[in-house]
Amino acid sequence: MGVMPTSQEQKTGELGIITTRLDEAVNWGRTRAMWPMLFGLACCAIEMMATQASHYDLSRFGMELMRASPRQSDLMIVAGRVSRKMAPVLRRLYDQMPAPKWVIAMGDCASCGGVFNNYAILQGVDEIVPVDVYIAGCPPRPEQLIHGIMTLYEKVMKEHVLAKKQP
Amino acid sequence: MEPMAIANTLKEAFPQGVQDILEYRGEVTVVVRREALVEVAQLCRDDEDLQFNYLSDLAGVDYYPAEPRFAVNYVLFSLRLGHSIRLKAYAPGDDPVLPTLTGVWAGANWPEREIFDMFGVSFKGHANMRRILMPFDWTGHPHRKDYPLGYEEVQFSFNYERVQRQKPHPKE
Repeated sequence: MGVMPTSQEQKTGELGIITTRLDEAVNWGRTRAMWPMLFGLACCAIEMMATQASHYDLSRFGMELMRASPRQSDLMIVAGRVSRKMAPVLRRLYDQMPAPKWVIAMGDCASCGGVFNNYAILQGVDEIVPVDVYIAGCPPRPEQLIHGIMTLYEKVMKEHVLAKKQP
Repeated sequence: MEPMAIANTLKEAFPQGVQDILEYRGEVTVVVRREALVEVAQLCRDDEDLQFNYLSDLAGVDYYPAEPRFAVNYVLFSLRLGHSIRLKAYAPGDDPVLPTLTGVWAGANWPEREIFDMFGVSFKGHANMRRILMPFDWTGHPHRKDYPLGYEEVQFSFNYERVQRQKPHPKE
C-alpha cells in the first residue's frame, strides 16, 4: 500500500510524498468509512445491533453509525426475512442509495429463504437486488457478520474505481 | 354467568337464529345463522346479564371440501362480568359472505379484513373491505386449503444449475 508513514517520517512529524495507485487509495477510503443502512427485518437485526454495540464495536471498522436514510449509506445489510410485500420497498430503498453501493445478505432467510419456504417470503434477497456477500447462520453471530464485512472489504479493495461496477 | 346459561339465554331470545349449541371441555359455542348474526351480537353486547363489551378475537375456518365451507368464530368476553362465549357463523363456499359486526364492536374492523384477506370471506356492510396483510394486487387467499403453499425447490449441488436458471435475478 505505501500509505503508512515510515519511522523517519513519524520522527520528524512530516509526511513526505506518497505514491500509490488510485484504486487502492480510493478503495481504502471507501472501506474504512462504510456506512451501513439500518435494514433490520427480523431476529438477525438483534445480532446486527449486538455487532454495533460496545461488546463487538463495529465502529472499529469505520462504521460509527448506522444510517436510517438510504441517501447517506453505501452498504445495505439485509438482516432478516423479506416478505413479498416488503420486496418492492427494499428494492426502492436500494435504488435510492447513491453509487457505489453494496449489499450483504445476512442470515439464511435473506440468502435463500431459510426455513420459510412458502408463498409469503422472498426466496433470497438476491431475486431483487444484487448481493455481494452472503452470511450463513440462523441468525449469524456478530463474529460472522464482522467476517462478512471483512470479506466485503476484500472484494471492494479489488474493485477498479474508473471501471463500471459489475453486477 | 355460566357459558351454558348464556347459550340458553341466546337460544330463548332467538329460537330461529340460534342453530346449534356445542360444548367441548367446558367451552360453549353458539352456532348462529348468518341472517341473525348482527341481532345476536347486539343482544350479547347490550343485555344487562351478558354485557359482552369486548370482542376478543375472530377466527376464520376453512372446512374444505365439506359444505358449508367457511366458518367464522367470534370470541366474546365481558370485562365487567368476566365470562366469555363463542359465536360461530357458517358461510357456504359459493357465497362466502357474512354480515359485518363493525357496527356492534368497532374492533371487528381489522380482524374482519384479515379474514377477508386470508380466507376470502367478505363482510357485507364493512366500510373498508380491502386486504390488510398481503399486497393489494395479490391474487388468491392464502389460508384456504386449496391454496398452494408456494414451495420453491431447494438449491443443492446436484440441481444447482437448473434452479439457478429458473430463479429470478435483479437488474443492476
